Amino acid sequence: MRLVDYKIIANQKLTEQVCSMRLFAPFDGNPPHAGQFVNVQINGLYLRRPISICDYDRENGILTLVYKIIGQGTTQMAAMRTGENLNIMQWLGNGYSLVRAKKPILVGGGVGVPPLFYLAKQLLAIGQVPTVILGFRTADEVILYDDFRRLAVSQTIVTTEDGSYGARGFVTDALKTFGGYDAVYSCGPEPMLKAIYAQTQDVADHAAQFSFERRMGCGFGACMGCSCETIAGYKRICKEGPVLTKEDIVW
Amino acid sequence: MINLSVTLSNVRLQNPVIAASGCFGYGEEFRDFYDINLLGAFSCKGTTLHPRFGNPTPRIAETNGGMINSVGLQNPGIEAVTATELPRLFAHYQQPLLANISGFSREEYTACCEQISAIDGVSIVELNISCPNVHGGGMSFGADAACAAAVTAACKAVCKKPLYVKLSPNVTNIAEIAKAVEAAGADGLSLINTLLAMRINTKTRKPILANTFGGLSGPAIFPVALRMVYQVYDAVKIPIIGLGGVSSAGDVIEMMMAGASAVQVGAATLTDPFACKKIIDALPETLQTLGIEDINEIIGAAH
Repeated sequence: MRLVDYKIIANQKLTEQVCSMRLFAPFDGNPPHAGQFVNVQINGLYLRRPISICDYDRENGILTLVYKIIGQGTTQMAAMRTGENLNIMQWLGNGYSLVRAKKPILVGGGVGVPPLFYLAKQLLAIGQVPTVILGFRTADEVILYDDFRRLAVSQTIVTTEDGSYGARGFVTDALKTFGGYDAVYSCGPEPMLKAIYAQTQDVADHAAQFSFERRMGCGFGACMGCSCETIAGYKRICKEGPVLTKEDIVW
Repeated sequence: MINLSVTLSNVRLQNPVIAASGCFGYGEEFRDFYDINLLGAFSCKGTTLHPRFGNPTPRIAETNGGMINSVGLQNPGIEAVTATELPRLFAHYQQPLLANISGFSREEYTACCEQISAIDGVSIVELNISCPNVHGGGMSFGADAACAAAVTAACKAVCKKPLYVKLSPNVTNIAEIAKAVEAAGADGLSLINTLLAMRINTKTRKPILANTFGGLSGPAIFPVALRMVYQVYDAVKIPIIGLGGVSSAGDVIEMMMAGASAVQVGAATLTDPFACKKIIDALPETLQTLGIEDINEIIGAAH
């Protein structure tokens, strides 16, 4: 874990509520694992803001954060300009384990989609070619679809709840049309994760992975602000999480 | 050479900066950042006789200049702390340790105190009678002078190390509680714990914390903590550890001038894990600027 000052090289809106920020700092030899997050310090606010890692380019030292404008912190982040500095605590949490599988599938919902992008790249790098299912409420909220399509994933499917883009329905409806998947990597709102979990009966415990979100205090395991109960005892979403496997989760 | 070392009941600290309980776990998380042996001391996560999960989440709310927590004393219980957490800590940590303990009955407090004070690496027992997040909405042993004195006396009778009692600011007259605890045998005091507080989500019209109330910490409470340390210094003879929003070397000096013999740093380490290190590094120069050669000379200097 380190505190690093990054320089913002781009910060733009992808949709009305979702922004993409690209930041630069020299690569220090330690790349993040897929599914890890950073904790961002924002001027005038006491607590840092945990944001998932959408992409990391070690050649150029570029970190990409895709975040939704929700409260004061992300509102301020969205107003930041190219050239400004951002202090980042990196790399935090326990990310996804890259599992050897015949048919891996990535399922993301809304602002849970960004961490799956870096994950897809990591999987491809070890020869795992995933199918990707991305769910949104409406066409206006679709993000990163073109970015996933540019990767050599086997297929990228988009669902929207109102059918305004891609297939109408939920990611779980799309997931039902696939059989034989033996690794599931997911990130999104908890009801979505729970519905995906119900469709992982045939997936080995360690290969069904779910990334959770919680209000955090410190982000590195010191304050116990984000604890949750699991089958294997109490876990901190910021430290033992955010990714938990099927065998641990208590709904 | 500026002298930073202070003593608390014959326990020598190489500097007055102590990492506060609840913000430093059992030390493990901070090893990734720096060698924690540079601390004056640290106070471990509040430990109870039995394991506790604590309160439901959300447990954290932010506010201007601080944060509100309702963790509710999550800890693995004294057996696991004794068997696992402390041996792992002592393998790499040689500075004094304050064992922070809590309970829900006098029997629990005494059992915990007796057991933990017998451990070699424990230098001081810090008796938390002031957690605002348990006891059903803010009542605690620390809210009543007679109650605070009774639990102090019971623990003192079985405690094998100096006993420091951590006081609540959520009382009408903290000096009165401090005097009662001193009379009951406390060797020192830590003050203050967090201030009972809350936030409301205006969209959902519901309290942000699942527990409704929590404890406010951070720079927002520093002046309140300072005032209470100042008041209690006038009321008792035993040493005081000052805490509440301390975030800089300047805050340490101010707290000591109010009457603290040492200082704890809590919430600051959650936003900057290097906070204690930075404060310790900045102390000599800050003291020098003020013409202070021995930090002990400023204890209570504002009186």
